Amino acid sequence: MDSAAPARLSRLAEAVAAGDPRALGRALTFVETGSDDGRALLSALRPGVGSAYIIGFTGPPGAGKSTLVDALIHAFRAEGQRVAVLAVDPVSPVSGGAVLGDRTRMGAHSLDDGVFIRSVSARGHLGGLSTAAHDMADVMDAAGWPVILIETVGAGQSETEIARVADLSVVVCAPGLGDELQAIKAGILEIADVLVVNKADRADADQTAKQLEGMLSLRAAGRGEVPVLKVSATLGHGVDAVREAISNRRAETKGRRSEKRRAHVASIAAQALAARIFAGLPEEAVTEGGGADLNDIVQQVLGTMRKESGT
Amino acid sequence: MTYSPANYPERVLVTKIGFDGHDRGSRVVAAYLRDAGMEVIYTPPWQDIRAVVNLAIQEDVDVIGVSSLATDHLIIPDLLAELRAADVTHVRVIVGGIIPQNERPDLLQAGVSAIFNPGATSEEIVASVRALAAEARAVRDTEEEAM
Ligand SMILES: Nc1nc2c(ncn2[C@@H]2O[C@H](COP(=O)(O)OP(=O)(O)O)[C@@H](O)[C@H]2O)c(=O)[nH]1
Ligand SMILES: [Mg+2]
Repeated sequence: MDSAAPARLSRLAEAVAAGDPRALGRALTFVETGSDDGRALLSALRPGVGSAYIIGFTGPPGAGKSTLVDALIHAFRAEGQRVAVLAVDPVSPVSGGAVLGDRTRMGAHSLDDGVFIRSVSARGHLGGLSTAAHDMADVMDAAGWPVILIETVGAGQSETEIARVADLSVVVCAPGLGDELQAIKAGILEIADVLVVNKADRADADQTAKQLEGMLSLRAAGRGEVPVLKVSATLGHGVDAVREAISNRRAETKGRRSEKRRAHVASIAAQALAARIFAGLPEEAVTEGGGADLNDIVQQVLGTMRKESGT
Repeated sequence: MTYSPANYPERVLVTKIGFDGHDRGSRVVAAYLRDAGMEVIYTPPWQDIRAVVNLAIQEDVDVIGVSSLATDHLIIPDLLAELRAADVTHVRVIVGGIIPQNERPDLLQAGVSAIFNPGATSEEIVASVRALAAEARAVRDTEEEAM
């Protein structure tokens, strides 16, 4: 299959919108693997996108994200809410292959029609993981899933970007993660709407919570209160508080996704534009001590761009 | 590798149905496939057959690998029937483990694409899964174009 027939894609889009899980599974592959087919499918689905509430979960490996997501699925299901999950797992740096294991912690829901889980590997996506994950969440949204939980490993930049495109971002930490915790601290300050200290059944959890509270107090004001919640995902303790925090912050954060999406698109466009400009720069501008006046060169570049775009 | 609809890693569900909980074999096979660049969705043992069908649908897998060390393979025909009932006809099913010689024909008859015994090499398994995934995608494309 080089490119799917338009009729095939529109049939698929119709079946997705009608709520057919098989069509959703297929559509997610089209969108995940990108290129023209995926984009055509997305634009056909676009009218149905926009009503889902998207919650991102990020944090170091082993913090208990999958276990917490599983516990939250139970909580949403107890309220009669349908839930979709995108679980992003790291990839073997050697082969590019992956054993996607997040959903093994969510196994209790595999017979429940009110739960749809899709595993995603963290590499290989045209346009980056965050774009792929965002597009996949849009497809789930168009398929009528009202709540979408996205789990990502909070190790790299693209994972933090995923949090940026969710409506609400939950950062999950746990005691005893040492260096990994250090590594994500900077990220936490920027992206967390809700902070979970998981494995609160362990003695050192209080200390971790205090550390994180201390860091949050240094955070710039005006981003809303970030609750620090102690949870034991395995025992189910504190999960209701997370569920509640998600509801409480919904009004405030709902719709942030479209706002964030605009910013995301703008930043991608800015990068592409910068690369184009850089590639087209005259030699004098990039050689050191070339003697050219940089302002002149900037004016020249802008002039060329205006001519190109015909404005 | 960068994904495209015409070229993305094989997606394989490695699972165990039935009562036997020994999952060493399926872990080893999952690692083989990962090391060959495939995306493996791995489940713990004791999966319900309907759960396997749901997983195959949600994860859009090309191949399902079922491990059987005792008598689990006896319910594999039920899995194939459930897949057909759910209209999932392109996904190929392979079985690995200890399958008595005289029970193989029945499995193949029921629609199993390949059977591997514990002596199978990683190369054999990878090559077979790769070929079957390509076959599954070709069948699926034909079905979807014709619908
Ligand atoms: N003690 C304790 N262990 C937990 C808790 N939540 C998760 N775990 C364990 O931590 C390990 C990693 O959990 P997982 O959900 O896979 O973490 P993830 O990598 O962040 O998705 C597993 O062995 C879990 O059983 C908890 O609340 N308390
Ligand atoms: Mg996980």
